[in-house]
Amino acid sequence: MKAAGVLDNRNVLGLLFLLPAAALLLVFLTYPLGLGVWLGFTDAKIGRDGIWIGLENYEFLWGDPVFRLSVFNTFFYTLIASVFKFGLGLWLALLLNEHLPFKGFIRAIVLLPFIVPTVLSAIAFWWIYDTQFSIVSWLLTRMGWIHSNINFLGSPNPARVSTIVANVWRGVPFVAICLLAGLQTIAPSLYEAAAIDGATGWQRFRHITLPLLSPIIAVVMTFSVLFTFTDFQLIWVLTRGGPINATHLMATLSYQRAIPGGALGEGAAIATSMIPFLLAAILFSYFGLQRRKWQQGGRD
Amino acid sequence: MASVTLSGIRKSFGATPVLHGVDVQIDDGEFVVLVGPSGCGKSTLLRMIAGLEETLDGEIRIGDRVVNRVPPKARDIAMVFQNYALYPHMTVRANMAFSMRLAGRAAAEIDARVNDAARILGLDDYLDRFPRQLSGGQRQRVAMGRAIVRDPQVFLFDEPLSNLDAKLRVQMRTEIRALHQRLRTTSIYVTHDQIEAMTMADKIVVMNAGRVEQIGAPLVLYDDPANLFVAGFIGSPAMNFLPGRLAEGGAVVLDNGGRIGVASTAAKPGQAVTVGVRPESLEIAADGLLAEIVVVEPTGADTQIYCTLAGRDVNVVSRERHGFAPGQGIRLRVAPHKALLFDADSGARIR
Ligand SMILES: Nc1ncnc2c1ncn2[C@@H]1O[C@H](COP(=O)(O)OP(=O)(O)O)[C@@H](O)[C@H]1O
Ligand SMILES: [Mg+2]
Repeated sequence: MKAAGVLDNRNVLGLLFLLPAAALLLVFLTYPLGLGVWLGFTDAKIGRDGIWIGLENYEFLWGDPVFRLSVFNTFFYTLIASVFKFGLGLWLALLLNEHLPFKGFIRAIVLLPFIVPTVLSAIAFWWIYDTQFSIVSWLLTRMGWIHSNINFLGSPNPARVSTIVANVWRGVPFVAICLLAGLQTIAPSLYEAAAIDGATGWQRFRHITLPLLSPIIAVVMTFSVLFTFTDFQLIWVLTRGGPINATHLMATLSYQRAIPGGALGEGAAIATSMIPFLLAAILFSYFGLQRRKWQQGGRD
Repeated sequence: MASVTLSGIRKSFGATPVLHGVDVQIDDGEFVVLVGPSGCGKSTLLRMIAGLEETLDGEIRIGDRVVNRVPPKARDIAMVFQNYALYPHMTVRANMAFSMRLAGRAAAEIDARVNDAARILGLDDYLDRFPRQLSGGQRQRVAMGRAIVRDPQVFLFDEPLSNLDAKLRVQMRTEIRALHQRLRTTSIYVTHDQIEAMTMADKIVVMNAGRVEQIGAPLVLYDDPANLFVAGFIGSPAMNFLPGRLAEGGAVVLDNGGRIGVASTAAKPGQAVTVGVRPESLEIAADGLLAEIVVVEPTGADTQIYCTLAGRDVNVVSRERHGFAPGQGIRLRVAPHKALLFDADSGARIR
């Protein structure tokens, strides 16, 4: 009887139900994370346990121009790609929210880049960017705009632009579909009320669509920034960080130093130094979301 | 303020016709209620007046101006939506001020108008709240406030009370009427609730399946319906209908042989007709037709007696208190001028 009494307590019961999930989180999330952070404080190499060396890895990285360049690259890549993903995604979402013929079909096509495995789309882009067989170069040559093939991935700035384009292509569907879902939650009668109130198309977008969409924009763009900031596959397939480290992101550098390079400790330190930036992004959107007072409270 | 004239309005959605030629004249300052069952095209008609639906067939005039091709914002109308359509991210004040802000009015004028409207509607204490923090009735008032700050030529209401509970609905009904008496703005009010129509309207437009069945003052529709549809739709409890055949000498012979005297002169003997009698027009009298009592419902003020007469359900409302029991017989009579005659086939009134 006493056991039943304890089980009747909502808090106890709640904790009980939480346990399996908490255990899973602990084992599969916290443990690897903790191990990674710890490795960053050691001089572990592949095949050799490290010993604790404190901040030595970080001190070294602080002075390492390649690491500094990768930090810059990561920010540049994330910023530019996110801006374009947001702009294009919003534009596509608005377009798809209109009454279009073959709406379902067009929506399915938009989703395509999202469902293709990253590696596959990276290989496709590798082909598109090929110095000999690039379809873009071929088309531009045929149209008479250029006379020799473009070296997309061979020099720093074109390589940066090319990787960003590939990343945007991959990321736009996610943004577009999420924002489209958000757009569809906005009651049509609000637009009608605004039309009667005298709002032009732009004013309806500015005063109705954008503010009502902003909570979803915050969530979607947080995710998008996190994904872009930690991007690895696309870069690794396309450029491996080259040329001259121009497209090395923190994630690719970390991998390169740790696995092919064997310096586990140093690689872990690079990965760990991404955490504060990611946390900052999450906190930024968390507080950004909280301020929307109109969403809370009240009876329904 | 302005009059509104609808002439020959037709509308189809794709291949489905929804309105089949609607003609309505609404005078300056009038409160007109469009009433009819769900799906009869009331909202469509209202939205066409607002400019939210295209009008390709027929003509809509507001004042002297044909507005068929005028966009909603230039029609000088305000609309209260069924779901209120308040901007959720704006405070009550901002909701009401929105149209004036877009029009670029001076801040002082906006403030004055919003405060005026808030005072009229009792919203002074809620101006800085968001719609989510308001009750249904308060939201309804904000929607009205948003309409009245614009001081439009015409108010359009699309079932504005149907999301409220019964008590609040009755209260808001009175408030909207009082507001109209104060502002005197031409108003077109859509509802499926005939009681709302009866209590609020200067003039009722009864619609059915995309057609206007009758237009008139509430009591005219009640006393003098043009057809079976209006007779059955207006009034609660509803009018009783008894089928029969017209006999010589101004009487209808019912299916069970009972006779009801009628005052109509236009009917031909032998014609199949339906007799319509309001529940309160049936008197209990010793020389009446025999009916059987099914249920007795005293409401206090009066008593509703449900019975069967000539195989039909008949509802009697009596001001007196009786000791009737179910199963008992009762004799009912109707004065000839209170028995309305309708053609059994077309449903048209025979006067
Ligand atoms: N946008 C639309 N597309 C297709 N059919 C519609 C549309 N709007 C309304 N209808 C149809 O038109 C008819 C009348 O609708 P409505 O005017 O909303 O009726 P009411 O307001 O009288 O209930 C209904 O049969 C409805 O299904
Ligand atoms: Mg409707």
